[in-house]
Amino acid sequence: MEQLLTDTWLTAPIGGTILLSLIVIMINALKKDSLAAEYWVSLIGIAANIVLAVVVFPDRGTAFSGMVMTGGYASITAILFLTAAGLTILLSREYIEKIGVNFGEFYHLILLATTGMMTFSAGTDLVVTFIGLELMSISLYVLAGISRRHHKGNEAALKYFLLGAFASGFFLYGIALIYGMTSTTNILEIAQNMQAYMSEPLFLTGVGLLLVGFAFKVGAVPFHMWVPDVYEGSPTMVSAFMSTGAKASAFTAFLLIFTATFDIAGTQINTVLAILAVASMVIGNVVALSQNNIKRMLAYSSIAHAGYMLIGLTAGGMMSITGVLFYLISYMFTNIGAFGIAAIIENKEQGGTEIDNFRGLYYRHPALAVMMSIFMFSLVGLPPLAGFFGKYYIFVAAIENGYTWLTIIGVITSMISVYYYLRVVVVMFFQTDEEAEKSSLASSSVFALLLSAAGVLLIGVFPSMVLDWMSRLF
Amino acid sequence: MIPHVLNVVLFLPLIGMAAVLLARRSDNAARWTGLITSLLTFVVSLELFFSYDAANPAMQFVEKVSWISALNVSYHVGLDGISMLLVVLTTFLTPIVLISSWNSIAKQVPAYVALMLLLETAMIGVFSSLDTFLFYVFWEMILVPMYFIIGIWGGKERIYATVKFFIYTMVGSLLMLIAIIWLGYYASTLPGGEFTTDIIKLFDIAPTIPLDIQSWMFAAFALSFLIKVPAFPLHTWLPDAHVQAPTGGSVILAGVLLKMGTYGLIRFNLQFFPQASLEFASFLSALGVVGIIYGALVSMVQKDVKKLVAYSSVSHMGFILLGIFGVTVEGLQGGLIQMINHGLSTGALFLLVGMIYDRRHTRMIADFGGLARQIPVFSTFFMIVTLSSIGLPGLNGFVGEFLVLLGSFNSPVLDSPWYVIFAATGVVFAAVYMLWMFQRVVFGVSRSEENKKLTDLTTREIGLLLPVILFIVWIGVYPFTFLQKSEPTIQRVVEKLEQVQRGELLSTTVSDQ
Repeated sequence: MEQLLTDTWLTAPIGGTILLSLIVIMINALKKDSLAAEYWVSLIGIAANIVLAVVVFPDRGTAFSGMVMTGGYASITAILFLTAAGLTILLSREYIEKIGVNFGEFYHLILLATTGMMTFSAGTDLVVTFIGLELMSISLYVLAGISRRHHKGNEAALKYFLLGAFASGFFLYGIALIYGMTSTTNILEIAQNMQAYMSEPLFLTGVGLLLVGFAFKVGAVPFHMWVPDVYEGSPTMVSAFMSTGAKASAFTAFLLIFTATFDIAGTQINTVLAILAVASMVIGNVVALSQNNIKRMLAYSSIAHAGYMLIGLTAGGMMSITGVLFYLISYMFTNIGAFGIAAIIENKEQGGTEIDNFRGLYYRHPALAVMMSIFMFSLVGLPPLAGFFGKYYIFVAAIENGYTWLTIIGVITSMISVYYYLRVVVVMFFQTDEEAEKSSLASSSVFALLLSAAGVLLIGVFPSMVLDWMSRLF
Repeated sequence: MIPHVLNVVLFLPLIGMAAVLLARRSDNAARWTGLITSLLTFVVSLELFFSYDAANPAMQFVEKVSWISALNVSYHVGLDGISMLLVVLTTFLTPIVLISSWNSIAKQVPAYVALMLLLETAMIGVFSSLDTFLFYVFWEMILVPMYFIIGIWGGKERIYATVKFFIYTMVGSLLMLIAIIWLGYYASTLPGGEFTTDIIKLFDIAPTIPLDIQSWMFAAFALSFLIKVPAFPLHTWLPDAHVQAPTGGSVILAGVLLKMGTYGLIRFNLQFFPQASLEFASFLSALGVVGIIYGALVSMVQKDVKKLVAYSSVSHMGFILLGIFGVTVEGLQGGLIQMINHGLSTGALFLLVGMIYDRRHTRMIADFGGLARQIPVFSTFFMIVTLSSIGLPGLNGFVGEFLVLLGSFNSPVLDSPWYVIFAATGVVFAAVYMLWMFQRVVFGVSRSEENKKLTDLTTREIGLLLPVILFIVWIGVYPFTFLQKSEPTIQRVVEKLEQVQRGELLSTTVSDQ
């Protein structure tokens, strides 16, 4: 009993978030015109859960008979997802009203997906991991199609669902094969006999299938086909949440299983990861060049960024884990900000998501344009912004582990990316639009954007603020 | 004595930038805040010049604070004889640029001033960084303000020019980033070593890299710097950027930004990779010579004065390249003084072109003529600067070019008089294109009625040109004031290379300080 209480306390951020999502749906069911109440309850609850995650941070270990991680890594990832959820909710308040999906379920589903993300990336038992993955994915399928009358949204939801279900199938089959070989689903136990298992073809097949599932969820080439369509069709803030929270969650689970636990450095699996990394960086960046829609551009850019992070997974070791985590945090701030501004443009300004809709933004909303440039420059990887430092850290890890050639491909593809990120800056600053009218901005959105921009700048200039926490992950 | 004087110089413009952004309601407030900040920075930086101890070739005014402990990165800055002069050149040119843009920049004034001040901090940072990570941060920070300055206040083709500028620079610097990381990693593989980006430590560590890898490292750094210089054939971004940039942008670009390339070649390529430097010296000197002649020939056929000045930069920067890779004290001293000369002369030329453009809204040589009678003060200044750019004895250009040619002639590394023979033709060509342009613009008869309406320079314009002219004459007559500051530093650089050439430094053990 006492053990149960301790374990519950240590996993409090996960429990707290699911409780919160239930409270929100209850408010929605019991009270009329409850949107404002749900909004505030969600925000306060998220803040409380972040505090919980900080409090349990020092208790590094596992709970519930080694099924989930607690403290350290789990806390940091929990804070990452909760922050992403909080920023998404702040930016969504006005947005969902404008696109006519101001249902209470929106907040509920975001919170449910957040719970799934936390479970997904903290699970040390493949079954728990899978439950987390499904909880996250199913919530996101619904969110993708929440704009019911919007046929692109429906298409996105269906596509995401069908391909996602397919990927889940791979994932589950992989778990089954691994279980068949090792008679356990606990990754810590499997890791103890890794050497012996690595020569078993069936085990390798299982790991390979897991890899396919992960590659799908992080949006790595060649499992990336869904990304542009889903990001484009889903409501913009949902895309923001998917590209940051869901991607980060898949990556952190990926890291936990493949790099931190299985430690696959120097095996054949590593070669596969390197190929995925190269393909993602090249295809993501090259195809992004020809995109005219900001959401599709960000989608291809997110494929490319998955490639950079896969360099870290290929390199392996503690340094890579820290590097990828840092990258995910910086990417979360950057991308939520960029999508958030895209959402404002979509609703406030000329009502489109084409890059041309940003024309002359600087002359109407200088602050928005400056922040968007910060996000774009951070995605390019320009110092002293967070995106640069994430890349730098991953490159250091890769070079120290003998993957200099991967970093060279990384920088060459970064050069390509400069062009399409700059294009956004060009239309905002160097072109003018006489017809567009200046509109007012919701204070909640501005607040969230300021937080994101401050995050990008602060952890870029003072990365130690985040790195110091990461010296105590496991 | 000002405590932490280098920190003050480095961050004063940044504080000014914050002030400008806070007071962005009024254009004039922004102009004045910017001017006062940059003048203050200049005054403080004089302290750097005067209290710099020339007898001591080590880094001075050093500041070191741990920054990112996980990667052993520190905020580490300091100056030696080379960088100190370039820092002072930067702080000297910035207020001049701000005054020159007083009226010609009419829209988005606070943003312009803020970007200029940000640029100033970044430029000073590039020259004073003693940590490769910090250097890279400042190096890339240059890009953003320059990108906006060309893109917002530039001419018709500004978007093409600014994107080209950005991408060219990024291409070079990203490979340099890999080399920077690899150097740190190499340090960690040595016995008792750790990952480091400290330039002072790398001065000892980097030369021990085996030659085959050293050549790759050298190439990665050199590509980045040669693009910035710009050396033929990587120069094509320069004419576009110069022609499209507003006057202030051109002055900063020619005056300081190009020097970052040649500075980097001395600081990193020569000092980190002495063996590879010797291997590549003839190739890079040859590139320099090609640049001298190519730049001069292309200048000759230009119809646009600004474009002519831009191509003449390619030619002048070729001299600096030749001076650096002759690897002699005279050549390097000449290269360094030529960096400053080029900053002054070409900067002044761009200022003058900008002044005439503000009045006439054209820069075509064919549109002018007979300006000597119409605007004599302008013509006088124009003549002094033109002669300085040609390298007339008594003015600054001569000192630099002479030292470079002397140094390369005596160079044991190049060991051939042909470099100098070809480079010297560049001096002749320079006289041809500059004087021919000058003659068509200033003398003869006016080819347009509009020239009759031209007004001569205002007090503000004369005021901002005079200090430049002062230094043009000063360096021409008594260069010792500046040369003595940098000589011990440069001597040390050359000595180390000579040791390597004699094969003495190959088995250095790494001193862990």
